[in-house]
Amino acid sequence: MNPAAGWTAVFVISLATAVIGGFGLRISRTTSDFYVASRSVGPVLNASAIGGEYLSAASFLGIAGLILTYGADMLWYPVGWTAGYLVLLVLVAAPLRRSGAYTLPDFAEARLESQHVRSWSGLLVCLIGWLYLMPQFQGAGITLQTVTGAPSWLGGVVVAAVVVLNVVAGGMRSITFVQAFQYWLKLTAIGVPLLFLVMVWRGDGAPPVPTGPMPDIDRPAHALYSTYSLILATFLGTMGLPHVLVRFYTNPDGRQARRTTLAVLGLLGLFYLMPAVYGALGRIYAPDLAGSDTVVLELPGRMVGGLGGDLLGALVAAGAFAAFLSTCSGLTVSVAGVLSQDVLSRSFTGTSLRGVTSFRLAACAAVAVPLMLALAGADVPVANAVGLAFAVAASTFCPLLLLGIWWRRLTPPGAVAGLVVGGVLSAFAVLMTIAVDLDAGWVDTLLAQPAAWSVPAAFLTMLVVSRLTRSRVPPNVDRTMVRLHTPEQVNVDRGPEAVRASL
Amino acid sequence: MAAAPRRVTVVSPRTTAARTRRVAVTEEIDEQTGVGDAFMRSLIRSQLRLGLLVLAALGVVVGLLPLLFVVAPGVRNSEVVGVPLAWVVLGFLVYPVLVALGWFYVRHAERTERDFAEMVERE
Repeated sequence: MNPAAGWTAVFVISLATAVIGGFGLRISRTTSDFYVASRSVGPVLNASAIGGEYLSAASFLGIAGLILTYGADMLWYPVGWTAGYLVLLVLVAAPLRRSGAYTLPDFAEARLESQHVRSWSGLLVCLIGWLYLMPQFQGAGITLQTVTGAPSWLGGVVVAAVVVLNVVAGGMRSITFVQAFQYWLKLTAIGVPLLFLVMVWRGDGAPPVPTGPMPDIDRPAHALYSTYSLILATFLGTMGLPHVLVRFYTNPDGRQARRTTLAVLGLLGLFYLMPAVYGALGRIYAPDLAGSDTVVLELPGRMVGGLGGDLLGALVAAGAFAAFLSTCSGLTVSVAGVLSQDVLSRSFTGTSLRGVTSFRLAACAAVAVPLMLALAGADVPVANAVGLAFAVAASTFCPLLLLGIWWRRLTPPGAVAGLVVGGVLSAFAVLMTIAVDLDAGWVDTLLAQPAAWSVPAAFLTMLVVSRLTRSRVPPNVDRTMVRLHTPEQVNVDRGPEAVRASL
Repeated sequence: MAAAPRRVTVVSPRTTAARTRRVAVTEEIDEQTGVGDAFMRSLIRSQLRLGLLVLAALGVVVGLLPLLFVVAPGVRNSEVVGVPLAWVVLGFLVYPVLVALGWFYVRHAERTERDFAEMVERE
């Protein structure tokens, strides 16, 4: 591909992101602006922003690569990533918005009235956030290398720099505008080239798509177990992702939170029609790319060619960069929020490291750790790495949210025990998958798709320990339930506002 | 001679009793009385039941697909306009189903809340 076109695309996207971010800077002034855009974001804008933030490198590049390599079974990734929002909609969306908390640790503290649960939740937000950020930086490296020939570390560094500048300058208000813009940009960037590709395919007499795994690729072992474990991880993991939850606080009330989520389902479904087609066309026109993440980037050049191919390739590269920037921004805001509230503000109380300053400092730390990990060269396909982050989220925050919202008898010791068991089991599986090269077999399969055993273990632990410590049920649980479930138009006592109004 | 029955004053028996006031359920909820609690529990239960109903539908319609494709490979590979069925279902048909389930849920959850609000605010 023509490097000049690639560089231009990357430059334009980074610049546009920064400019829109700067536009937000003029509006955001106070700390609460930084966190949740003062909760004045409309549902359409918010749904686009959620879509923009959610569609990461894994969605834009990873899925098509996996589909090209392994075939239709991999379509469960996008299906699961969309269905996760349906589960979130029916069990979590409105009560979570009504809880009035900013972050997952805020929710944990408000519901369980325990500082201890809050601390563990903060730790898990960082773990999941970093696990999710790492493949984004990897993907950025791959993209920049593919479209410009730059060394593979450069892409991650560029993305990290733009994100830190943007978050530090504008906080979440600007992020909301940026994210909404990013969704439509991504849809255009993956959709327009696809029209041309499909035209070429039809012009060639519409050759059939080969089914089954590509030659030279091992068929994944225990496919049925892997599929169901993946379904569990993605259906239940979405609600536990830190950057997804923060977005819900920008809805004005619980009802709007539901309607926004419904709009998100539509927007995601629309987007996910496309990577599957790239994967299918890749099986015909670029079978040599099996096992890599670059099929979306390379297909326009290969199928169209010439100047048109270069332009379409540049458009796709721009979309990919938008994917990295938007997801990284959202994750960075979430992780930085937790770091600044729970780590920096606390350990340095007495110094002036509070509010906005500590948030900015935390943003740098939030990006630095996963960037190091990506540069150190963890080598897992992008979509798989993101899948592991979902497994950790499903094994920890999913039980905390579901039991916290629907079960009065959850106790702080039960919640902590469940978070620890789910977190340790799933994190162990992730570490083994990333760091150790196991022979293909049941052990390898169980570790590569841990959700099927780690999620039930976490739920069971929370239930059993809560029943064993029944005297520790939070004293105000009834008032909290009123807050979580009563529609806003009903005038009742909802207890004290969960959020610290001034930081 | 029978004494004439004493004349008595006939009054409403309850004039001295405290006047009962009809209490809105919102106050019962605020005071955390048994009545208020019962209303809250019934709201939470009906919302949970609705959510689980939608999830059950999701489990049957979408969740059984992997099993179906293994049990009946013929279904998986049967072609619709030249594309294997598994691709058509997982790549396209699933998404409208998800949106429809979500739409159904939002409609009913909002109706439950409207009914609840009307009920508890009535004096």
